[in-house]
Amino acid sequence: MSHQEFASDAAVPPSRWWWLFVAILAAGIALTPSYTDAALQLDVSVIFVFALLALSMGFLWGYAGILSFGQTIFFGLGGYGYAVLAMNAGTTLWPLVAAVVLPMLFSAVLGYFIIYGRISDIYLSVITLVVTLIFEKSIRSTSGPDYVIGSVRLNGQNGIPGIPALQLPWDAAAPLSFDGVFYLAGAAALLAYVGLRLLLLTPFGRILVGIRESEKRMELLGFDARAYKLGAFVLAAGIAALSGALYAIWGNFVSPEMFGLNQAAQVVIWVIVGGRSTLIGPIVATGLVQYLSGWLGTVGVGQVTLVLGAVLLVFVLVFPKGLLPTLGGLRWPRRRSRERRRG
Amino acid sequence: MGLSNTIYLAAYAIALLVLISLGLAVIFGMMKVINLAHGEFMMLGAYACVLCVDAGVPLWLSVLLAALALGLFGIVVERLIIRFLYGRIVDTLLATWGLSLLLVGGVTTLLGPQGRSVTTDFGNVSIGGINVSSYNLMLIAVAAAAMLVTWLLAQFTRFGLLVRGTMQDPVIAGALGVDRSIIYMATFGYGSALAGLAGAVLVPITGASPTMGLFFVSKAFITVIVGGHFPLMGTLAASSLFGAIDGVVSYRWSSVLGEVSVLVVAVVLLRLLPLGITGRLRRGL
Amino acid sequence: MEFSRRQLFRTASGALAFGSTATLLSRAGLAAAEPIKVANILDKTGGLNIYSLKQMKAVAMAVDELNAAGGLLGRPVQLIFYDSQSNNQFNSQYATQAMVRDKVDVLQGGVTSSSREVMRPIVDKFKGLYFYNALYEGGVCDRRHVSTGMVPAQQLEPLVDYVITEKKAKTAYILAADYNYGQITSKWIQKFVRAKGGKDLAVEFFPLDVTNFAPVLSRIQSAKPDAVYSALVGDAHMAFYRQFESTIGKKTMVLASGTYGAGRENAALSPQENDGILIATSFIDTLPTDAARSFVERFKKYSGETDYVGEYGEIGYRGMMLWAEAVKRAKSPKPDDVIPALGGTTFNGAGGLYTIDGQTNHTIMDIHICAGNTKGGFDLLKSFSQRQPADTQAVCDLHKNPNDTKQYEPAL
Repeated sequence: MSHQEFASDAAVPPSRWWWLFVAILAAGIALTPSYTDAALQLDVSVIFVFALLALSMGFLWGYAGILSFGQTIFFGLGGYGYAVLAMNAGTTLWPLVAAVVLPMLFSAVLGYFIIYGRISDIYLSVITLVVTLIFEKSIRSTSGPDYVIGSVRLNGQNGIPGIPALQLPWDAAAPLSFDGVFYLAGAAALLAYVGLRLLLLTPFGRILVGIRESEKRMELLGFDARAYKLGAFVLAAGIAALSGALYAIWGNFVSPEMFGLNQAAQVVIWVIVGGRSTLIGPIVATGLVQYLSGWLGTVGVGQVTLVLGAVLLVFVLVFPKGLLPTLGGLRWPRRRSRERRRG
Repeated sequence: MGLSNTIYLAAYAIALLVLISLGLAVIFGMMKVINLAHGEFMMLGAYACVLCVDAGVPLWLSVLLAALALGLFGIVVERLIIRFLYGRIVDTLLATWGLSLLLVGGVTTLLGPQGRSVTTDFGNVSIGGINVSSYNLMLIAVAAAAMLVTWLLAQFTRFGLLVRGTMQDPVIAGALGVDRSIIYMATFGYGSALAGLAGAVLVPITGASPTMGLFFVSKAFITVIVGGHFPLMGTLAASSLFGAIDGVVSYRWSSVLGEVSVLVVAVVLLRLLPLGITGRLRRGL
Repeated sequence: MEFSRRQLFRTASGALAFGSTATLLSRAGLAAAEPIKVANILDKTGGLNIYSLKQMKAVAMAVDELNAAGGLLGRPVQLIFYDSQSNNQFNSQYATQAMVRDKVDVLQGGVTSSSREVMRPIVDKFKGLYFYNALYEGGVCDRRHVSTGMVPAQQLEPLVDYVITEKKAKTAYILAADYNYGQITSKWIQKFVRAKGGKDLAVEFFPLDVTNFAPVLSRIQSAKPDAVYSALVGDAHMAFYRQFESTIGKKTMVLASGTYGAGRENAALSPQENDGILIATSFIDTLPTDAARSFVERFKKYSGETDYVGEYGEIGYRGMMLWAEAVKRAKSPKPDDVIPALGGTTFNGAGGLYTIDGQTNHTIMDIHICAGNTKGGFDLLKSFSQRQPADTQAVCDLHKNPNDTKQYEPAL
């Protein structure tokens, strides 16, 4: 893998324009619900939710060089965690927190085995994929009445319906409505994006990038590469788990498909279509792919899968770097050459 | 219901796993390409077989024709898509996933969503006082034959030698004048033919339907990953282990428990041998 | 009236509306009036589409027939179709879109119980009306929800009764798909078998992707039951019927099922594999009534397809027409006007008389015991008239608790 494909602006503080961009995004999220109907808010909210999932994989790959196909493990655990805890507890705020923390603990254990076991390369990718498939199968086989956690039946194949929406801590009687979920998901996606971008300025972020470039070199310099990689793995798991919990809040249901091959492959697609060299790319791609399949389902093109499959195939053959970097390469050739001269 | 029947059930479960995973294992072991469309290749093989049988071709010939057709299809896919993506593992994953969606959608559009069957009249034989379908016994033989042919090809032909050499060290093989492009193309074709064979030979049992690939793909994955990077030994080892567990547990207790115990063993094995059963081996097939 | 299927595809408000062309509407003098909107959410694509494709065409046919006959309350009916792609995420998105953006008067559709449980709270939230057209495990108690399909008590009691009294097959081996439907259904079969003096030898569950039934076929042969009951579901489980035929065979053992035929298994399996299997259903193509013959003929002409239609096609037509009857009784398409008129609404359909039971919003219907034949269809053996949804009636009373929205699991 050549280095230029990754985020190259590593440790440079973001420019004024980037902050302006973030401010516009924030203003957009704040204003949208006033001008749109609930159906659109719902469609966009789920894009924000999935954007978090895409960010989780994109960050792990782009910053730490860890290519995990199994971020759906934590996505599913987050969703199921929130569902089981919130329905047992009758309250929603601490279950949301726990639904992020518990999968992170699990990721620490899984990550320890994988990273300290020095599994790397494609094996790491495939093992994470197998772990998520194992979760899917296990959850699917819990439809009997014996599989109960507290008062909540796991319900196997059918998934758990009727999950409560988040209640506001200052007004427990008012669960979040569509615009509330929209703000929550939008804010979470934006904060994760900004947070991950700024992480690059910290020593932790710089060391991660250093490890991605050359693990040996960083170890010779005295850094314990494995600890840093594990840290990144756990952080990414937290983001994926948050995405899963928000998904449960968004749709009021969780199902074994959250762990499934289809979901796992979708995450990979968002990141690849968006390109791994930026963090915003996967977010944009998530929106595009989700919008495309949602739209195709209503216009009667025949088989949605046929169109989606063809789009993906063309994409990987024609725009191998991903959408945004390809477009960026067309639009800003001058700036890049200027940077090269400066360097 | 004695020992003989238990042995039959285990052998049958092993044969099924070998059939559905061997093609994937050959492609993954040789080329480090994960063919996410593997299940759909099986599905195409199944439909090819059904169409042949409907046209009046005998079943055994239809199965061979289906394998041949999928071999050719694999070569076309390799030339049109995969060969541009060598060394880009993730891109091949994306491309084959796109291909899998395309094939499911395409077949549904062309042939309809409804499953198709062929009529077989193989009858049954009694093993330990229990009737088992004769076709199931033949399936065990086909799985064994597929393994044997693959082994003979790899071990005793010049082409097999080149393939093994390329697998052990692609760079040196290239430096010695092996045309890796041809080797990869042929391997992909052979793996696809095995997938087609599996789909076709399963038709009398599972039928053919556009979404049938999904039933097999995660089982095949887990088998291949636990098997490790040597396709033959890995597939045989993992299939035997999982098949025996699944066959015996499913028979003694239930299918659900059979599947769960396979998964538990898979997790434990991946912890102990993260690169699969054959992961530590330096040489092999 | 000549119109090809292709002509019927037309897009409106970003959604696929198929049904009623402009010419058809103007001929009926309806073009001017504001349309009554109907949403139909089914899986045109993905693994569940074997349950959906006939149904979506039957719904479209019902809408066209309503419009050709002058519409509803003098207004045209506009059908908006959404393809939920066998993915509950889209059920959630499209149900909201239908309620909020397209402001439909009724939402029809959903194939699986899980898709229903995703859409039902959304319909409740926006105070709409939802028709669920599928056979299911029973127990949903919600005045905004109408079930037009069979529930276990309606269907399985006659089936078990027939197997035990007419076929003299007393001992039972029960196989079911491993999810809620299978779990609950298997309990009902056990209950009915015991109540009729039979004996249940074993119950087994199978994950939906299992295709290897060799182990259970061995166990069945060791247990030697008189009858095997199947509540297996989906493409993968079709393998069971193939393997049963090649090892045991229906000549030596009775094979009965409440689910067989719903996914048009009879059209996918070979004639020998279909021959002799006993089912209980609310509709088969070959019911010897004029209503059934006429429906099948019209559907085949409408869709241009000549193959087996089956219950899951007819049930879409049934759901639309029952709703239309309720609208006529209410003299308004508004959900809150239609809901009080639901109880007692009848429609004389292809499978017999359908009546909505006001206590549960489930449907009273005839149940037909049929046997698979060598022509890929079924022969009628015996009909049980006007079966009540007794299992749901035992746990649900919407007259007493109109605000109930729970799904009960019937205690056995």
